[in-house]
Amino acid sequence: MTLPMTSTPILQFDSARISYFIRAGEANVIPDLSFSIAPNEALGLVGESGCGKSTVALAVMQYLGRAGRVTGGRILFEGKDLAQATEQELRQIRGRRIAMVYQDPMSSLNPVMQVGRQLMEVPMIHDGVGEEVARARALAMLREVKLPDPEQVMQRYPHQLSGGQQQRIVIAMALIAQPALLIMDEPTTGLDVTVEAAVLDLVRELRTKHRSAILFISHNLGTVAHICDRIGVMYGGELVEEGPIRSVFANPSHPYTRGLLDCLPTLGRDKHGSKLKPIQGQVGSPLKRPPGCQFANRCAYVEIGRCTTAPIPSLEVTTDTDHVVKCVRWAELPPRSREAGEGAAPQMVGKIESAVRVEHLRMYYKRTHGLFNTGGQIVRAVNDVELVADRGRTLAIVGESGCGKSTLAKVLAGLETATDGDVTLSGQSVGHTAIEDRKPDLKRKLQMVFQNPDSTLNPSHTVGYAIGRALKRLKGVGGAAARAETERLLEIVKLPAAFADHRPHQLSGGQKQRVAIARALAGDAEVLVADEPVSALDVSVQASIINLLNELQTERDATLVFISHNLAVVRYLADRVAVMYLGKVVEYGPVDAVFKPPFHPYTEALLSAVPQPDPDASHARIVLEGSPPSPTAELPGCVFASRCPRKVGEICDTTPPPEHALAGGHRIACHIPVADLVRLNAVG
Amino acid sequence: MWRYILKNLTYLIVTMVATSFIVFALTEATPGDVARKLLGAYATQEQVDSLRKEMRLDRPLLERYVEYVGNLLAGDLGYSLRYKTPVNDIIWDRLKNTGLLAAVAFCFIVPLSMLLGVLAGMREGSKTDRAILLGGTVLASVPEFAMGVFLASIFVVWLGWLPGTATLVPGEWSVASQMVLPVAVIVLFDMGYVVCMIRASMIETMQRPYIRTAVLKGMAYRQVILGHALRNAMLNPVTIILLQITYLVTGVVVVESVFAYPGYGRMMLEAALFKDIALIEVGVLVAVVVAVGTQILGDLGYRMLDPRIRL
Repeated sequence: MTLPMTSTPILQFDSARISYFIRAGEANVIPDLSFSIAPNEALGLVGESGCGKSTVALAVMQYLGRAGRVTGGRILFEGKDLAQATEQELRQIRGRRIAMVYQDPMSSLNPVMQVGRQLMEVPMIHDGVGEEVARARALAMLREVKLPDPEQVMQRYPHQLSGGQQQRIVIAMALIAQPALLIMDEPTTGLDVTVEAAVLDLVRELRTKHRSAILFISHNLGTVAHICDRIGVMYGGELVEEGPIRSVFANPSHPYTRGLLDCLPTLGRDKHGSKLKPIQGQVGSPLKRPPGCQFANRCAYVEIGRCTTAPIPSLEVTTDTDHVVKCVRWAELPPRSREAGEGAAPQMVGKIESAVRVEHLRMYYKRTHGLFNTGGQIVRAVNDVELVADRGRTLAIVGESGCGKSTLAKVLAGLETATDGDVTLSGQSVGHTAIEDRKPDLKRKLQMVFQNPDSTLNPSHTVGYAIGRALKRLKGVGGAAARAETERLLEIVKLPAAFADHRPHQLSGGQKQRVAIARALAGDAEVLVADEPVSALDVSVQASIINLLNELQTERDATLVFISHNLAVVRYLADRVAVMYLGKVVEYGPVDAVFKPPFHPYTEALLSAVPQPDPDASHARIVLEGSPPSPTAELPGCVFASRCPRKVGEICDTTPPPEHALAGGHRIACHIPVADLVRLNAVG
Repeated sequence: MWRYILKNLTYLIVTMVATSFIVFALTEATPGDVARKLLGAYATQEQVDSLRKEMRLDRPLLERYVEYVGNLLAGDLGYSLRYKTPVNDIIWDRLKNTGLLAAVAFCFIVPLSMLLGVLAGMREGSKTDRAILLGGTVLASVPEFAMGVFLASIFVVWLGWLPGTATLVPGEWSVASQMVLPVAVIVLFDMGYVVCMIRASMIETMQRPYIRTAVLKGMAYRQVILGHALRNAMLNPVTIILLQITYLVTGVVVVESVFAYPGYGRMMLEAALFKDIALIEVGVLVAVVVAVGTQILGDLGYRMLDPRIRL
């Protein structure tokens, strides 16, 4: 089928200027933005947080809040200026002609309304149809987004659905009116990797069917590569590079685009190969814009004068594919090589001794219902786990939410105590000792770094106080010595000494995480347990924290237990990996072995689901059906059996899988013989 | 859910036993024995002794308490010394009067505060919001007696439109007109607080992403408020609103005193001043029933509004 050729783009930004008016003055978030989306085209917008991506989406919706205003230019939807639309006209466009999918599906759905009703509202508002028709349409749409048992799902409340199911509901709600433009703002951020893969596949499929144009906003280059035809890289409210997806990925021409690609750990990179290259500095304030290139102060190729005096024009990289870049020096940039950093592989010499041993560890707790503890069921959060973290190395624990990896970390740190089995730290049993009962020396040895640095630092205390307190508690250092020691710690995590007098709100996310690491190091910790330490950070910042952890490890011979759901980060950072599913370790071994066949079927599915920042990457995905069984269920067989695409037969449900022991301490718990596991391999 | 109700009814009974015992024991623990308290400072020791014997106060506390509870269960609530009549004859009448006052006030407080709270909270910082917030704060900070005197001086003394007392005896003024001022004081005083609560909850709700979802679905503002915001915004205040019942029944001592209203609050005040033990005991038990009962109601209401809650 051919599309009727129309000259009018679906969406066009024509020198749009958008500002928020706040107490400090006018924050000009978008100074001058032009781009357009043709019918049936998918444009991806990428960039760090604070680059104005979401503002673009909300400006299209004319939903900028009271402080936000389009102060210049036009935003045209099907040729009509949205700023001129009356409230009445906007209502007819919103939800019907332009629909939106949001980042956090749980909070985007009304918690006290059945999801069916929320879906039915759309046709009822826009087409004035009755309940019956609306119901039928909602059901048809639920089938399209592949929710099992749509009749039943209609009557559910959002909290009764899983994250992936909720996002399918939101997508159904957006597509039910057959909009001309679909805006997706970080639609898979926060979802587990296998769920993300399934949602992205669904979006691809529905895209071909519904022919909506898509504005796809993401910080994840992998998801954009998977969905979009064209990509726009945003920095400081400007599109610094824009073009067809293949052209931009093959030939990234703006230093910022290159930076975003180079700072990304991918499944092909590890710490012995090349160092990640973080982008220095941070996104500037929209209250004070430099006259020239917005990226100049962070750019390695900046040339004072040429780059910093006048606004940078959009220059064509290729004439035939309208790949444009806002960089005066783009043609002079050195050719890009992936192996940029020095590949100084630290020589692993000497005897390997274990720092932490986890032996047959079980951590069960009782789940309680309602306001009172009625009907308690046993949740097997960690179920017979056996691991070793070698001194001076990184043990990564990877798995999706609910697999028990965080509970395991809590037992290590003494925030929970083991139900059975034990944890030994340098030969000393700690699994049953809660943190308040641990001796100062033991507390000092093992410290933790948490996911969200915002909530772990007390906002009313200075950085110096936070670190100083840790020094006092862990080492008994006080007074002037503490001040000197604090400055030394800040230097280790590469923060200026003056930061000791700053409060957390004055720091960026990455800086806060550095403070958290400095605090954990205060007692010269031998073991750092880091629970998703980079998950809340932008990719550019993530790279610098990963590098920091790596350096700390080589310099101080510290042991790192790194908990993460991000396989690329794990691949990059880890020496040993444990893959967890439903409280069990299904695969464990040296990082090279785990990321190469033979795979456990779950590891294989996880790896296939990782979105690669490469539009030509093969999309042979293994989609896991359904959701994990309840953690309270007693499973006599393999925990993964109910979703395993490689299930052998009844034996998987009835008998615990044997553990295949392979070379280098590589273990796979599966009923499939190793020889067959080697052959079964969709990832390559 | 039945399990929850059963559980709470058990709590109710346990609380009632505990409170009644504590009040009963307190009369022992305070200086001077019960007989002396009953007869007053001017009675002779012989009189006190004979009363002690008559009341059989020489028996152990626990035994007397059990007997007292037995009497209660049999329907004998004891004898009020202040009113010189069985407790049964006075308390129900007083409760009925207070119940009437509370019910009328409640019927104004709930819809009015919901209306004003939602109007204020749906656009934070608007002129409507600021006006309502200011009014609510002022009303909630003026003490009840001051508001009573203030309203009385306008409508009774100056305009002469309403009676200054509410004895519920029909005469020159009808009972309805007598009710106006007490109800007005309670409503104004209490509403200021409830409005502020609902407003805060509404502001929080309006910032939730699902409200944005509703707006960007193309719904009219009115539909967004009524269809999506209202129920969510009422989740937290519902408990607070039901707590007002406890206040309305047991806490309106001041208003009842100002307007000489023959209600439960004033009765309890007088009973306490007069050390009318039998009346205090029963009054306290009534208060416990009202407090725990509204708490159960509140939880049930919350459950009705919020499908996430399972009792």
